[in-house]
Amino acid sequence: MLPTELQPAQFQSYPPEARQLAVAHIALLQQLPPAFVPLLLKEIIVYDWKFPAERQDLDRQLAYLGTLAPEQRERLLGGFAGLKVSPELQNHDWVNQPGRFGEDLAAHLWATHQIDAFRGAALDYVQKVDAARPKDPLPVPRLGIVVVGQGIGDTRYTLFRKMRKQGVYFSRVNPDNGVRVLLDAVAARAAAHPIPYAHWYIDGGTPEDARQGLTTVSYGALASVRAALLNKMEKAIQSGIGGPEALRTMLAELRPDELGLSGAAPEAVLNRFRISVLTEGSGTQIFSTTFVQWTAREAWRRAQPLTLLARYAPRQRQRPMNELIANRGDQQPIPDPEGSLVDADMGAYYTWLNQQRLPGAEQSSFLVWFEGHRDGLAISPALPRGSESASEIDLKALIGQIT
Amino acid sequence: MLTKRGAATPRELAQAISWERRDFLRTVTGAGAAAALFGLGPVPALASAGVRKVVVVTFGGGARDEETFMPEGQENIPHLLGELIPQATFFTQVVNRGILGHYVATASLATGVYETFNNFAAVAPENPTVFEYFRKDLKRPATDAWVVAPSNGFNRIGESGHRSYGAGLGAGVILPKRLLTAALSSGGQVEYQHLLRDNYETPLYTPELSGSEFELRQLGEILKLSVADFTAHARSLASPDELSVYVAHQLMRQFAPSLLWITLHDIDIAHSGTYSLYIDGIQRSDRLSAEIWKTIQSEPEYAGKTAMFILPDFGRDSDTDSGGNGFQHHRTGDPLSRTTWMMVMGPGIRQNVVVDRPVESTDLVPTLGALLGFSPRLSSGKALAEVT
Repeated sequence: MLPTELQPAQFQSYPPEARQLAVAHIALLQQLPPAFVPLLLKEIIVYDWKFPAERQDLDRQLAYLGTLAPEQRERLLGGFAGLKVSPELQNHDWVNQPGRFGEDLAAHLWATHQIDAFRGAALDYVQKVDAARPKDPLPVPRLGIVVVGQGIGDTRYTLFRKMRKQGVYFSRVNPDNGVRVLLDAVAARAAAHPIPYAHWYIDGGTPEDARQGLTTVSYGALASVRAALLNKMEKAIQSGIGGPEALRTMLAELRPDELGLSGAAPEAVLNRFRISVLTEGSGTQIFSTTFVQWTAREAWRRAQPLTLLARYAPRQRQRPMNELIANRGDQQPIPDPEGSLVDADMGAYYTWLNQQRLPGAEQSSFLVWFEGHRDGLAISPALPRGSESASEIDLKALIGQIT
Repeated sequence: MLTKRGAATPRELAQAISWERRDFLRTVTGAGAAAALFGLGPVPALASAGVRKVVVVTFGGGARDEETFMPEGQENIPHLLGELIPQATFFTQVVNRGILGHYVATASLATGVYETFNNFAAVAPENPTVFEYFRKDLKRPATDAWVVAPSNGFNRIGESGHRSYGAGLGAGVILPKRLLTAALSSGGQVEYQHLLRDNYETPLYTPELSGSEFELRQLGEILKLSVADFTAHARSLASPDELSVYVAHQLMRQFAPSLLWITLHDIDIAHSGTYSLYIDGIQRSDRLSAEIWKTIQSEPEYAGKTAMFILPDFGRDSDTDSGGNGFQHHRTGDPLSRTTWMMVMGPGIRQNVVVDRPVESTDLVPTLGALLGFSPRLSSGKALAEVT
């Protein structure tokens, strides 16, 4: 089926708000290239569970496309229109299964050496849509905080190596009550700017005490969900599901209630997010460090919060082959604090990179702190780059300096 | 703002990588002679004169520049830098323009054609493999070409489905983890399926398995190892790649194959998102590559007449590409994930030389053909004049 043949009735199975959005823009959708429409529908079909920032982005994207003259739109989407889509893909039920179409399209593009053309078209499109986006001022500059190294004594690992040239390395940070001080700072920002999903606390273990106004996601609190998910994956594999792609599709279609999560809005939106972290992120089900890094990435990308605090905890140790032979596969996990520190250090760098991809990056600030220790690094327009400070400072004062 | 690479074109990026590598190699390896040799043409009949056997090691699955040859990655590859590069001709820019999935990319390396089959399907390559060209043209027996690969998905890589080649002309394929599982399970009811989990993109995925009779026969008849000896040795090893190198050594002793292909795979743990384990994998591959070269030097059937090629199948996504998640995957197809390196060493191969021009990963098979004397007629690559 071609986009020109789209009819409102075909969106019958979409959730209510998604259906409304698709039907309202059907005239636009009918004019878009076949390789592009399903990718847009993949976003529209989950509209009911999107965060406010995502909704706004999608609304603006549709509005922008709608305001373009046909020839302008053709220029903008020429890269997508030039892709050769196979008849099998055209016959795909891409209206109701845009996610599955996306997987098949990716495989087709790689196999037909069109992936570079697609990548170019996508980059060009995103750049132009971003450029057209109104530059709304943020209520307060973004602040990202990452806490690494829980449970580590001394280490010989050189921390923050990828970020030192971006900010100031503080070698005499007062670690007393550090996590509580940081949580207080985040909670204060949430109280001053009470916007839904604008202030996040992500924990790789069990979260510290609950704070008003924070969107909290933790590896520990999702233990039963992770277990249910792993169980479903095991069963699917044992039943001969047919390989990683089929498994991925099965995971993408899981609902929160199938994994023991329930709740109406706004909890439903957050539950969908939690499930997506576990079903779309490789390793998030098994390694807490990966869980924290991926959750922070997705929170920045999707919810675009003003504040994000991510705290790493020790992940389970990857057991070497000889241990697997000796102990079989059913042993209790053992923590690996040293390896987790290395993971978290890289994860902190990625958290900063993802923060920098958001609007207002030039005003935003970032802090990473080695939990229980005197090492920290801050990046902020208020601070010089590539320098060090040996002055005594506590975390509250440090936050004050960069915000 | 993120890096200077953000604004560059793919070609500029690739060029920048190459320049940085070259500058780095000059400094670290003291490859002073390299500058004088850049741009030199081939030296006919010099390189291939003494090469009668070839060992190919794929530094898999997927290592980036940042963690290998870039300055910040040098601490992870002390053996490549300190021991091997001074003996090697080093290609700084090996571009893979095909599908960046480990099986299909390794199959493309082995056929010299960018294969397009489903990476996760247990299918044979469509185009003839290097093993078939080698055996058919040179009339070599089945025992003269072997593949050792830890990943279960690689079981069809030894032989293509091409009508002029294919059945009976390929390499023997040994999957050491399957051997191990078969050996461990042969004594009783204990299940060791968890050992076979090697698809890190989907951590719990285990490819379908057939019976274990074939593996047990391989163990006894080919490797001349008892189940007890094999499992005892495996119990001393930390990773599947170490087991692969052990099996490769056994093959070298038993058959001294002229064409041996070893696919390392530990690095692919990166898909789990754990940076420290990814680095561990690189460090292990570095150490194992040096061990393989030492074995070549110490085995009489190989010493002085064997060329070794080491190359990653491809890279991984760059940190700055918003479509990916940095080192974790290789899904964006960005220039960093497509651009890797290759080192070649052996009799007649120039030592301590850096080749800076871009080459393609499909050039490997024609290069092997030029060295060993067979004609890879359906390969799309070109023999690398610098080492043939």
